[in-house]
Amino acid sequence: MDKPKKETKITRRSVLRDGVRSFFVLSMGGASGYLVSRVQAEDYVWQIDPHKCISCGNCASHCVLEESASKCVQSYPMCGYCKLCTGFFNAAPSALDTGAENQLCPTGAIIRTFVEDPYFDYTIDESLCIGCAKCVKWCEAFGNASLYLQVRHDRCLNCNECSIALACPADAFVRVPKSKPYRLKIENKPE
Amino acid sequence: MNIMARIIPVLILLASLSGWAQDVQRFPPPDFESGYTFPMTQTPAPRGVVMSYVDIAVLFAALSLASYFSIHKRNRQGVFYLTIFSLLYFGFYREGCICAIGAIQNVTLALFDPNYSLPLAAVAFFLLPLFFTLFFGRVFCAGVCPLGAIQDLVLIKPMQVPRWLHQALGMLTYVYFGAAVLFAAMGSAFIICKYDPFVSFFRLTGSITVVTLGVCLLIIGMFIGRPYCLYLCPYSVLLKAFGQFSQWRVTVGPGGDCVQCDSCEDACPFNAITKPTPDDAPPPSEVDKKRLVLFSVLAPVVILVAAWAGSFSATPFSQMDYTVRLAERIALEDAGAVEGFIDASQSFRDSGQPAAPLFESARRIREQYVWGGWILGAFLGFVIALKLIWHSVQQTRIAYEADRSDCLACGRCYCSCPLERKRLKQLKSASFV
Repeated sequence: MDKPKKETKITRRSVLRDGVRSFFVLSMGGASGYLVSRVQAEDYVWQIDPHKCISCGNCASHCVLEESASKCVQSYPMCGYCKLCTGFFNAAPSALDTGAENQLCPTGAIIRTFVEDPYFDYTIDESLCIGCAKCVKWCEAFGNASLYLQVRHDRCLNCNECSIALACPADAFVRVPKSKPYRLKIENKPE
Repeated sequence: MNIMARIIPVLILLASLSGWAQDVQRFPPPDFESGYTFPMTQTPAPRGVVMSYVDIAVLFAALSLASYFSIHKRNRQGVFYLTIFSLLYFGFYREGCICAIGAIQNVTLALFDPNYSLPLAAVAFFLLPLFFTLFFGRVFCAGVCPLGAIQDLVLIKPMQVPRWLHQALGMLTYVYFGAAVLFAAMGSAFIICKYDPFVSFFRLTGSITVVTLGVCLLIIGMFIGRPYCLYLCPYSVLLKAFGQFSQWRVTVGPGGDCVQCDSCEDACPFNAITKPTPDDAPPPSEVDKKRLVLFSVLAPVVILVAAWAGSFSATPFSQMDYTVRLAERIALEDAGAVEGFIDASQSFRDSGQPAAPLFESARRIREQYVWGGWILGAFLGFVIALKLIWHSVQQTRIAYEADRSDCLACGRCYCSCPLERKRLKQLKSASFV
């Protein structure tokens, strides 16, 4: 026993360390078993429930992206194709044409195309849309509510916690399965 | 006047008659004669599920490489290049999400909310670094974590933080960890993600608060090694605990040899090198033993007092919960204490739900926060008591050592150690010293 303690391989401390490590490894094994069993086959993504959305405008300002991943979409079969579209024109347009001064959309993201008298097609240019929901609000107030917001998954980063969801005053942000990532007002029927 | 002056009042009348109901077909879709068909609403698909498996594979590979460079090859250069890779992949390419630090919250929420769907990537990002830490020490911090990487790369003129300040600031990580777990368990907020200081650099966009926080931390990080990792990172609480029991570790000199020159202490910017105990150190005196006994006896008292103090956090902390905030606002409006509505209270009132169930659930959440506050306080008290006991235990070290729990395994000390330089020269690969 005249050997100094530092040279002995097995010390009280090393035994303790090995014991605790084995305990950690075992409990981590258990934890991973439980956690993996909690994983569902399907991943979830963020989406807006259009029936809860109150078009408050938070989507435009609260997304972590400079240009929000929430965009307006058009549900064509619901649209009235109105010549006087309240989602397109502001409250006092000087004429029913596509002049910038007549448009409600701050970025001119709605494209108005003549279909046949007296109907016009309204389509969203997503590269311009900022998700401010002004058109959504007025389409709902006076029109058919065919314009509504959806999270566009080609842009959405699918943050761990969506910062628009945190700011949403109507609890309209929901997690939806990745295989069915949209809450469309009218389901797209396959061709 | 134009046509609008006449149409708008009619429209308003029509709208009010129809009762503002949603999805009312006020204007039936026309029957087109020109053969127009309804276009489809475009639905761009989300990122493929398979990509999350790629992320997990990259994480595993990066952890393995970090262990190989840091522990086996003792190669600072390899760790450095891996750091750059991780910054590019997990940081700028994956835009900082998902990360191991944030995954704490997903795992916590999954434990408390049976309906929460836990992503596989979150499980893997939470567990894999911990497993590696049990065997190789904190190699995740060394070369894999993108938050650590961005700070490591800006560290140009390291200064030593006084040890007492280092210890005191280190307590912040426990507070942050405890609060983050509490908020995630309650399903109120993911504060780690909300205040992730570097995510705005990865995304090149972000709110002004978070960008300011990130810039400040990077400026501090030019002089003080990795301020976020050392004094804030909630994941470091787990990594420190696991690192304490790691099987292999960073040894400054090859094979743990030491000439006691203390150059590694200067080379380590993270205060992770512990001095050897002097040869003429007195044996544990009666005073030291008494102190150890005192702290051990006092531990339950410390825990109780801290738990009691923690219970006061309930009122401010419950404000993080959406239901509590809404209920308080509605109550204030009902009492006439505030004028007008905010969007949230307006939409609640429009939905026509009665207020009583809302108040009831807010009351229940506040109660749970009181319990949460007790537990959070007790946890912090436990940490304080453990630290007091730990520091009053006499430890003998014969060499300069990298502390098991504080060492980030970055490998800077290797380059400084004269014995290591000698070894590298013998290996004829002294290119990086």
